[in-house]
Amino acid sequence: MDEDLRPGLAADLDGTFEALVGAHQDRLFSLALRFLGDAADAEEVVQDGFVRVYRALRGYEAKRIQDLEVRPWLSSIVLNLCRTRYRRRTRTLMAVVSGGFDDQRLPAPAADTPHERSANREATEHWADLVGRLPVLYRAAVVLRHVDGLSYQEMSHVLGRPEGTVKAQVHRGLALLRAAVEADQRQESIA
Amino acid sequence: MNTSTSGPGTGLSQVEDSLRELRTSAPPTLLPATLAAVGLADVYAALPSAIGQVWVAWNGRGVSALMTAPDAAAFEAAFRRAFDRPIRRVEALPPSLARAIARRLAGDRRVRIDVDLRGRTEFEQAVWRKALEIPRGEVRPYGWIACEIGHPAAVRAVGTALGHNPVPLLIPCHRVVRSDGHIGQYSLGGAENKRALLAWEGADPDELERLARAGIRYFGSDTTRIVCHPTCHHARRVTDRHRMTFRSMDEAARSGYRPCKVCRPVAHAA
Repeated sequence: MDEDLRPGLAADLDGTFEALVGAHQDRLFSLALRFLGDAADAEEVVQDGFVRVYRALRGYEAKRIQDLEVRPWLSSIVLNLCRTRYRRRTRTLMAVVSGGFDDQRLPAPAADTPHERSANREATEHWADLVGRLPVLYRAAVVLRHVDGLSYQEMSHVLGRPEGTVKAQVHRGLALLRAAVEADQRQESIA
Repeated sequence: MNTSTSGPGTGLSQVEDSLRELRTSAPPTLLPATLAAVGLADVYAALPSAIGQVWVAWNGRGVSALMTAPDAAAFEAAFRRAFDRPIRRVEALPPSLARAIARRLAGDRRVRIDVDLRGRTEFEQAVWRKALEIPRGEVRPYGWIACEIGHPAAVRAVGTALGHNPVPLLIPCHRVVRSDGHIGQYSLGGAENKRALLAWEGADPDELERLARAGIRYFGSDTTRIVCHPTCHHARRVTDRHRMTFRSMDEAARSGYRPCKVCRPVAHAA
């Protein structure tokens, strides 16, 4: 889909930009939401990202636009904005969070999920919560791979790491998530 | 009980499936807000003013339009005709923009208000920038702007550019009058609005028209031997006893008067 948009972006940015936003807003919003855990923050970050994209494209020559890898380029812009926002937010929370992530098991999710919510929604929120508790390094990798759906090659561009490293980060992130779910289930079966 | 609503199977592929479920749709507000932020769409709201309610449109590049219209639908139609961009109404102007506009209308020329001037010519922008220099409560003739921007013969083009001003009030084209001194036309709802705005700002439209009919274009002071536009704040300080009137800058020059360095009257504007 992106491949089709590049000639349009190069020839008529104003006439094509809406299509670009339409084609990528869902996946970029998902990426930001799962990274930041807050819908309002995610919406702001994605909008800011698109504004930066628009300004950049306005300054690019047609050849440079034609050569763009649109998907990973957009993802990296939004991910960088997410990281900046996350850093700003966590700096204010530093005092609350003491002790590192123990690397074996995620902390138990908040137990106050309202029961009246539908099972599906609850499951999604549970997984979103687990992802939100992953260390940033693994969270970025897992979200890019399995929520955003980038290839390892694209992720390697976005994260600026070799493919092997990126694969290992995704694997590690998934292992942490699996361990967390198993731990929850153990706890529930005891109860 | 070893299953839970939130704990599906835990094989790696099941984890991956669950993660895919985390894909979601962007909120419906994201696309329009993004297009407005880059200036491909606009939002607008009503704004009370000295001449009644006006409509103000803006986008990420700045204020794009200020118009009078009987209602929101008429404004939207006029906006689309003029700009060919989507527009949607919002409750109110952002507080920072509302504050800046209020300060500008109160006469603070330093307050910064971004204006979206895409597609406007250099000449038009030069005319509008010059109009911004005219203080509240004062007026200058079209010919004065033409001279000041280095196109002394382009008096008519100055009038046309002012007529195309997309943001009247914010760019105060109501402070520019005909070169014969008459108040003249106004793009924001006609000459009556221009008179009302000038009166609201402290200029006296009846007196301006009286001077124009009498052929009086300039005031001088017989103590300083300086000649000004009649609404220049230096001219207004001159007492009746010392005020001299001139029909042209030539006449003033012949009488030994030099132009005011603040309002810079020029022969061409006569």
